[in-house]
Amino acid sequence: MNNSILVVVLASAVVYGTPLLYAALGELLAERSGVLNLGVEGMMLVGAVMGFWAVQRIDGSGSAVLALALGVAALAGASMALIHAFLVVTLRANQIVSGLALTIFAGAAGLSSYLGNDLHLADSPAKHAFHPVAPSSLQDLPVVGPVIFGQSVLVYASWVCVLAVAFYLARTRPGLNLRAVGESPAAADAMGINVTRYRYAHTLAGGAFAGLGGATFSLAITPQWVDGLTSGAGWIAIALVIFAFWRPGLCLVGAYFFGAFAALPFTLQSRGVTVAPELFQSLPYVMTVLVLVLVSSAGARRRLGAPASLGLPYVREER
Amino acid sequence: MIRIERRLRQPRWLTVVVPVGSLAIAFAASALVLAATGHAPGHTFRRLFDAAFLAHGALSSSVTSATPLAFTGLCAAIAFRMQLFNIRGEGQLYAGAILAAAAALLLHSLPMAVVIAAMVLAGAAGGAALALIPGFLRAFLSTNEIITSLMLNYVAALVLNYLIFDSLSYWRDTSTPEAKVFPQGKMLPASGTWPSWTLHGVLVPLGFLLGIALAALVWLLYSRTRFGFEVQVIGDSPRAATYAGMRTRRKILAVMALSGAAAGIGGASQDGDFRHLLDPRGLSQSGYGYAGIVIAALARYNPFAVVLIAFLLGGLQNAGYTLQGADFPSGLVGVMQGLILFSALGAELLVRYRIRFARPRGRGPALEAAG
Repeated sequence: MNNSILVVVLASAVVYGTPLLYAALGELLAERSGVLNLGVEGMMLVGAVMGFWAVQRIDGSGSAVLALALGVAALAGASMALIHAFLVVTLRANQIVSGLALTIFAGAAGLSSYLGNDLHLADSPAKHAFHPVAPSSLQDLPVVGPVIFGQSVLVYASWVCVLAVAFYLARTRPGLNLRAVGESPAAADAMGINVTRYRYAHTLAGGAFAGLGGATFSLAITPQWVDGLTSGAGWIAIALVIFAFWRPGLCLVGAYFFGAFAALPFTLQSRGVTVAPELFQSLPYVMTVLVLVLVSSAGARRRLGAPASLGLPYVREER
Repeated sequence: MIRIERRLRQPRWLTVVVPVGSLAIAFAASALVLAATGHAPGHTFRRLFDAAFLAHGALSSSVTSATPLAFTGLCAAIAFRMQLFNIRGEGQLYAGAILAAAAALLLHSLPMAVVIAAMVLAGAAGGAALALIPGFLRAFLSTNEIITSLMLNYVAALVLNYLIFDSLSYWRDTSTPEAKVFPQGKMLPASGTWPSWTLHGVLVPLGFLLGIALAALVWLLYSRTRFGFEVQVIGDSPRAATYAGMRTRRKILAVMALSGAAAGIGGASQDGDFRHLLDPRGLSQSGYGYAGIVIAALARYNPFAVVLIAFLLGGLQNAGYTLQGADFPSGLVGVMQGLILFSALGAELLVRYRIRFARPRGRGPALEAAG
């Protein structure tokens, strides 16, 4: 039963969806503050390479090193986001150009590759990696065994993160303030909320989440480092935020949905069914375009759409 | 206290000083990165400069690397004029490459001039067609064109991959045994090979000349015609344009199509000038489209500056390829391009605003009086 195609696809949808989920949660926080960061792919790659570096170079017990590596990855992602935040919040630069510049700077042919090369990280397997933690009796249960109990700590942690972000946005004062900043920075400013500080904090948090998403690749899915390891997951994460209407719960559903598309061709291929993988790989993008078209009608946009100030710099003197 | 205030006029000297200054800052930052990781900056820069512009044949290779960048840069610059963000330079380049390769394969028996003209037209049509999708969505459903165009890049890239790696169509040459392991596209016929000229020892491909011609055309269009004037008005103030009776939707479609066509010709030039086959891996790894956006931003959307900056960044890219090896840090070129962009973006602030150092004057009462 656990070898049936549905179970295998579900299990790998969770595996491939997890990095998307982390990165999308981060991008969601940044976009809710009004900062569009197209540099997710670059931040993920730098997180992946630095997390992998930590695992290779720090001595200690497996779980301590892995926890430390996640910290390093989050820090690396956040420091990349800091560049973007400085340019778009303080210097009021164009968010799109700055985000793309961040991808060029940090991405597959930039800093992540430079670091991987300079720290000699390629061609060696990770010394420690995340593995399924549940006892094997649970892992052998039908359906839920592989899908839920066959996962690593990173998957369970991502669920906690979804709950935490959802709670933060809906039930806490800073979360509500954040939404005010994203919808109308001028009104938030008048309320005494520090718009600049909120935008910086959430762009950095977005970078940290993207770094974690990258580390999910280099420490759990394919525990090694190669240039361009994330192969476009950052762009899917950006699509996912829109697909999920900027809501954390829907991000979870969407991430596994998109994760299934990534996993399906391989699963089918191993069963002897040949389907062009490009067909499935292009579905997330096509579906995001369709969703965008649907939400662009005025009424839907007000209820479901993007934070109103997304992409716009806030200048107090010019409001 | 530091105050940032909007400039009412932009002095001319700023448009020269700011780009030069930001280049200097970018090089200083790159030197820091190099020094921090234990490389000698001076030596590395000298090698880079040498490989980009001075070494034997370096200029020719730099022109080669610059050609696609000029096209994608123009693509972005054309759309930016109307405050449209066409991030699909990447995908439009692929679409142009696909259709141009198709044209060359179908018409291979015709004379060379006809085949080349057909390739250029097919490339332009492919790029324009792909650009019209977000154009239509923006014009009629007011869907944000930024994300749709970004997503369609990937769809175009996957179509390109599919045509070469997964289908049994005639695009794919499966006649040799190796082809099954690592299938490659079909070679284009000789009549689809674009000519090039040698000028003072520098190889100038037809594509680069087309790029310069296109830049001149775009400049004429935007600074000397009614169309260009209306595009600028719509870009600056869509509402004013509507009141003045300008047809905004038509202009959006026209500008998107034009911008897509520019990238599409870039794709055709990749087929005809350089690769001579449809090469999905090479095209998608190079990131021409994203670099084009950066170039357009650096050039401040001036078409001639786009060509010039494409040449500089192309040189850098070419030097990266040439020097790639054990003793030259890979990824450095991307880091430098990113830093150049960051500092150019940051310097934009100095063009638009001025920074004043002034002591705060009697604050509380003055504000109350004003309120």
